[in-house]
Amino acid sequence: MIEFKDDWCKGCNICIDRCPVDALEESDRLNKKGVRPPQLKKDNKCNYCRLCELICPDLAITVIPEEIKKEDKKTLLSPIGGKIK
Amino acid sequence: MVEIKTADELNKKFLREGMWPTIFCNGCGHGVVLEYTFWALEELGWDMDNVIFASGIGCSSRLPGYINADGLHTTHGRAIAFATGIKAANPDFNVIVFTGDGDCSGIGGNHFIHAARRNIDITVIMINNFIYGMTGGQLAPTAPLGSIATTAPYGNIEHPFDISNLACALGANYVARWGVSHPYQPIKSLKEGLQKKGFSLLEFLAPCPTAYGRRNKLGDIKKHWAWYDNNTILKEDYEKIMKYGTEEEKAQVKDKMQLGVFQDIQKSGFFESYEKLVNRLKEKETKTKGAKK
Ligand SMILES: Cc1ncc(C[n+]2csc(CCOP(=O)(O)OP(=O)(O)O)c2C)c(N)n1
Ligand code: SF4
Ligand code: SF4
Ligand code: SF4
Repeated sequence: MIEFKDDWCKGCNICIDRCPVDALEESDRLNKKGVRPPQLKKDNKCNYCRLCELICPDLAITVIPEEIKKEDKKTLLSPIGGKIK
Repeated sequence: MVEIKTADELNKKFLREGMWPTIFCNGCGHGVVLEYTFWALEELGWDMDNVIFASGIGCSSRLPGYINADGLHTTHGRAIAFATGIKAANPDFNVIVFTGDGDCSGIGGNHFIHAARRNIDITVIMINNFIYGMTGGQLAPTAPLGSIATTAPYGNIEHPFDISNLACALGANYVARWGVSHPYQPIKSLKEGLQKKGFSLLEFLAPCPTAYGRRNKLGDIKKHWAWYDNNTILKEDYEKIMKYGTEEEKAQVKDKMQLGVFQDIQKSGFFESYEKLVNRLKEKETKTKGAKK
């Protein structure tokens, strides 16, 4: 799962632009700053690579590992390289 | 040793409560460097009561204000002088400097040069956005040729400062340059630099869409971030191409900025040498006193 802290987002759309599998899009929610934070597309191939989380300049994104283990059994990479056990 | 697994937990631990979101503009790269530093610190598992940040003046220099740790927000260009002071007072502290290219290589240039030369045991994280962001876009000494700034309306004709190269020449123990859009190498490198005894410089090329981008046809944030992909190259690739590449390939990469670890050596630092000196003189004193009796 990916969580967005809506009010921290400034709307640079870098996450949307850089996601390697094009899984993000602008939502129709409007935050305090008057920008539309991102959301996961309904149909998405997000592999929880965490790139969006790491390069968000406003720390507005959290990729949550527990859910990944339960639902997808996909490898979660730690930001310093290697897998999170 | 990663105890913390999610960015949310990480931010709860390292961010000073109530300070986030930042005053930074939309698309500014400074926040990314902060996030990378948090992951590196978390991986190192350092006691944050033992870490002190110092910074000068500038957008980048505001970073320590967002961190849940002690910090000195000092005067323009003098962060390294204050950091040296902290280290002199108590060499057990880990001292980290956040500074901008203007702060570090412009007004603070001499502090930087001499701290690197003396190999003071601090880590300097210099965020290079080619411009004086906070004051509205005056030309920085790091700006590429041709850059437009409020003080260079017809394009920069001054050759830019290569700060990483300078730090290498001064014999700094650790020197690396990275961008902000690829996380893994810079986080690993930050870890190396932070752990290194002696002077470490980590230069980050970061976008400033407001003061640099808009004037340099990079006002579009995506385009600005993409500029770094198109104008940087890993040092190893650069060297390979310069050695074995065709003339055409060489011409393509010739003017790109190199990224990577440029220096990783181990010379004794200033405070180590100083301690040795003090001990030597003390020994001499006790000997001469003993002889007099
Ligand atoms: C002694 C002094 N001179 C000039 C200034 C004005 N001033 C404030 S920030 C700044 C430039 C900061 O540029 P940089 O370090 O590159 O940081 P950025 O804002 O780009 O992150 C200047 C010239 C000052 N505060 N103090
Ligand atoms: S990168 Fe961060 S600030 Fe930018 S649009 Fe995405 S969530 Fe918002
Ligand atoms: S975790 Fe990776 S794949 Fe998933 S949305 Fe973020 S960048 Fe895209
Ligand atoms: S002026 Fe530039 S460096 Fe300062 S916050 Fe805005 S984008 Fe960042």
